[in-house]
Amino acid sequence: MADTLQFDLVSPERKLASFDATEVLIPGAEGDMTAMADHMPVITTLRPGIVRAKGADGDQEYVVSGGFAEITGTTLSVLAEQAMAKGDVDAAFLDGLATEGDGSDAATKKAADLAALRSELGV
Amino acid sequence: MPSLKDLKNRIESVKSTRKITKAMQMVAAAKLRRAQESAEASRPYTERFNAVLAGLTASAAESGQGPKLLTGTGSDQTHLLVVMTAERGLCGGFNGNIAKLARAKAQELQAAGKTVKILTVGKKGREALKRDLGDLNVGHVDLSEVKRIGYANAQDVANDVLGRFDGGEFDVAWLFYSKFQSVISQIPTAQQIIPAPVPEEAADSTFYDYEPDEDEILADLLPKAVATAIFAGLLENGASEQGARMSAMDNATRNAGEMIDKLTIEFNRSRQAVITNELIEIISGAEAL
Repeated sequence: MADTLQFDLVSPERKLASFDATEVLIPGAEGDMTAMADHMPVITTLRPGIVRAKGADGDQEYVVSGGFAEITGTTLSVLAEQAMAKGDVDAAFLDGLATEGDGSDAATKKAADLAALRSELGV
Repeated sequence: MPSLKDLKNRIESVKSTRKITKAMQMVAAAKLRRAQESAEASRPYTERFNAVLAGLTASAAESGQGPKLLTGTGSDQTHLLVVMTAERGLCGGFNGNIAKLARAKAQELQAAGKTVKILTVGKKGREALKRDLGDLNVGHVDLSEVKRIGYANAQDVANDVLGRFDGGEFDVAWLFYSKFQSVISQIPTAQQIIPAPVPEEAADSTFYDYEPDEDEILADLLPKAVATAIFAGLLENGASEQGARMSAMDNATRNAGEMIDKLTIEFNRSRQAVITNELIEIISGAEAL
């Protein structure tokens, strides 16, 4: 089928998801983007956020700690250092993601991203 | 000639040793399966990661520019050897082989006039290198409290290494670990992690759009590459350790079995001799009357 793309979500410790999706929303470093079949090849880094994949059995949502995504016309691989299904996320997981800020722009931005994620998840 | 009681005691003690080694072998077998599963689970990530990284490093290497982690500091005077071993012994030549490889590398580098620093991960490696290379040891990462190796452990080690690199403590870093091939064969391996090795052949030529730009992604990815390489090494090491322990304990169990057989024969012979002796005494006593 041409209107789906192979969606893989992997972390160093396990493979969280692998299925055909019609569209996937990923939290790109420079803004959210939705990948669909025949998307142009892109490699982007991710900020902490939610990956939302629309598959045959409904929407699946995952929280990722960052990492990067590789999009080709037929596949989308999200490589996250830490990832979890959205339903399983708790405050401890988010606390684990937070790193000590060193005052740099990148650290400040990451903290802001995490705060936004926290309020969206309500934990 | 040991007495019957001595022999009996020896047999008992060897028997309990056999029980222990047998139990350790079975525990190692179960742990090996778990370690292999973790190694298997990390493979998709590592493969995708390396593929993406290979494409980026190849194009960055062509331009000759890039972050220090890729191009190096411009010198190769100081080498850091990250030696990863087990926290426990009783696993055959596993720890010794890694230490031997690291020692050979250190001596080769020293002979070439380079400065060598050693960072050990795992207690056994530090002990093995303490005697002749102890003064080169700049740090140690203790994983003895860790039950199951996670990516976070690898990140800690990587942060330690990267912190030293940023501090200008070394120019080149090597990773020492044992590659798991099978239960009876683990290959001690040295792998250069800093500067990042550039793949010789060009990766797939898919043209990607990069967001943000290529340099920024590369700068983000390279520290992660160090962590990923260390994580892969730790997992390989974990499987190798259990494999080595399994075969070492299998040998020990078999040796104990052979020893028990030998001791039992000796015990039976001595008992026979005692009985014969007593009979002779009784008979010759009766004849004398």
